[in-house]
Amino acid sequence: MNAVTAHKIRKTFPAKGKPTVALETISFEVGQGELFGIIGPDGAGKTTLFRILTTLMLADEGTASVDGLDVVKDFKEIRKRVGYMPGKFSLYPDLSVEENLRFFATLFSTSIEENYDLVKDIYVQIEKFKKRKAGALSGGMKQKLALSCALIHKPSVLFLDEPTTGVDAVSRKEFWELLRNLQGQGITIVVSTPYMDEASLCDRVALVQEGRIMDIDSPKGIVDKFGSTLWSVKADRMYELMKALREMEDVASCYPFGQEHHVVFKDETASPEKVKRSLMDQGFADFKFHPIEASIEDCFMKLMTSHNA
Amino acid sequence: MRVLRILLEKEFRQIFRNPAILRLMFMMPTVQLIVMPLAADYEVKNVNICVVDYDRSVYARDLVTKITATDYFSLVDYGDSYPKALEYLEHDEADLVLQIPANFEKDLLREDKATLFMSLNAINGVKANLGGAYLRNIIGDFNNEIRQEWIQIPRFNPMPQIEINSTNWYNPLMNYRFFMVPGILVILVTMVGAFLSALNIVKEKEIGTIEQINVTPIRKHEFILGKLIPFWVLGLMILTIGLIISWIAYGIVPAGSLLTIYSFAGVYLLAVLGMGLLVSTFANTQQQAMLLSFFLMMIFILLGGLYTSIDSMPRWAQVFTWFNPVSYFIEVMRMVVLKGSTLYDIREHLGIVLLMGIVLNGFAVYNYRKRS
Repeated sequence: MNAVTAHKIRKTFPAKGKPTVALETISFEVGQGELFGIIGPDGAGKTTLFRILTTLMLADEGTASVDGLDVVKDFKEIRKRVGYMPGKFSLYPDLSVEENLRFFATLFSTSIEENYDLVKDIYVQIEKFKKRKAGALSGGMKQKLALSCALIHKPSVLFLDEPTTGVDAVSRKEFWELLRNLQGQGITIVVSTPYMDEASLCDRVALVQEGRIMDIDSPKGIVDKFGSTLWSVKADRMYELMKALREMEDVASCYPFGQEHHVVFKDETASPEKVKRSLMDQGFADFKFHPIEASIEDCFMKLMTSHNA
Repeated sequence: MRVLRILLEKEFRQIFRNPAILRLMFMMPTVQLIVMPLAADYEVKNVNICVVDYDRSVYARDLVTKITATDYFSLVDYGDSYPKALEYLEHDEADLVLQIPANFEKDLLREDKATLFMSLNAINGVKANLGGAYLRNIIGDFNNEIRQEWIQIPRFNPMPQIEINSTNWYNPLMNYRFFMVPGILVILVTMVGAFLSALNIVKEKEIGTIEQINVTPIRKHEFILGKLIPFWVLGLMILTIGLIISWIAYGIVPAGSLLTIYSFAGVYLLAVLGMGLLVSTFANTQQQAMLLSFFLMMIFILLGGLYTSIDSMPRWAQVFTWFNPVSYFIEVMRMVVLKGSTLYDIREHLGIVLLMGIVLNGFAVYNYRKRS
């Protein structure tokens, strides 16, 4: 049995003129104990999908189940079994760390003591602030508290909506380690993130764009599907470099990526040399030109352009 | 039960951690009860009067003395030029001018009849109206006195006279405060209850905590009860403070039993809080909730019978007051505090307000959606 299934989920929001489509027939499955990532930019429909799966919202069409239970019919039972951490910090800022945790534990008819071993790893990190008001915690601490609160009733499926957005690099890394540990305890985790670099930390990912799933696969599978060789190009005048590259016939696509440009050529064998020579002729200095391995983000860009075309 | 208990515990913690709310809760009744009854007074006093006396006779002077002897009038000017007196009126220094014509006394003695002239400043309608009425009364009195002086009393009174003696029941001295303070107390309890409860659920919506609550297996009625009970307790606390202040500041001791007041207040608060919670489930932001409850409160208070008597409202407004919980509580407070009415006397009020409470709260529970 799959922990989460979504079958042709569609959701639109009424707007003036024509309704906004948030989700366009989304289908996917998450296996028991899997760490499943939903990767997509802001506005891709990640939060809407989470709200439907956690029974906070009804889909227009399609069916979904969590832990084998239908999200419409058995919503009461689902609420007992899932943990949900919304993207926006939504604990009581005027209650202390400990009070927040106790409050949510009691709402699920359990206690901190009963499930302490589950949250222990996370809670020990914030325990020294347990008398502090939740509103006065740092961003990373807030996320850890929110995760503890979402875990305190020992859910079988955990939904985390952009848990690492706005959190510093160190805390992000720690957070993903915590998720790995939780997965080790048999909890299925569905996590969404706009950060492509986090995709490789999941077992499988769904790349989402404008309410559609473009691809679902393991991070490696997605990268393998990239198909063509990716070249990293770097020179002194980056903007002119991009313009020059985009004008060339041999270049299939070129987009800025961090400090460099990522380029895919139409003809894998002949083009690189030709382009390199042509650029040197145009007088670009400090020239760096070498093939690299594609990342999830490159795959995303490729999928996006092919979808838009 | 455990869930409800933790909800209450959380709600009370949050209330007591918000010092501004607490301070307001204690300041509001104190200030309102001490200031408002003193200021909001219907009696018109200190009507400024100008007397223009062209006659300067004994009778004219007697009349002026009689007028100035009351508390109601204060003499601004006693002169002999009407244009000058009118100037006082124009500058708003005088509210009315009484002109005593020359030969006032002579006409009175010779022809048994004389005329007086009165000019009223009608910018302040109430003052002009009442001032004029007072003055007419005094002049009428004066007239009677002269008549008695002159007429030799025959065996039978030639003019049949009906004299009216009245007794003011329940408030013998017509102390205005006895009438206002219970009403103001009602407004206080209503405002605190309605506003705090209306803002509360919306606040959870705004900061997003409602999301986190909605994914828990909590029942809808548990959630609403968890919001209702704390404000119910607070409302009764405000009532207690208010009763103590009206006892200390105005010496008002309810003629009826406190149990009657608290029983009704308990039921009444259910209705008011239900309304607040209902507003709260409709609104998405605190501003919306605030404006909506302000709008409702204004109507309820102005049409609640505190400042204007319901009996003198037009028919449609009277029909509206049947659905206005505030009007019931104001009436009950006055009945119990002044008249000493018992639970049996207010049973109808109690029943109606209880019904309102059930309907409003039921609607609030129904309208609170855990999913959209």
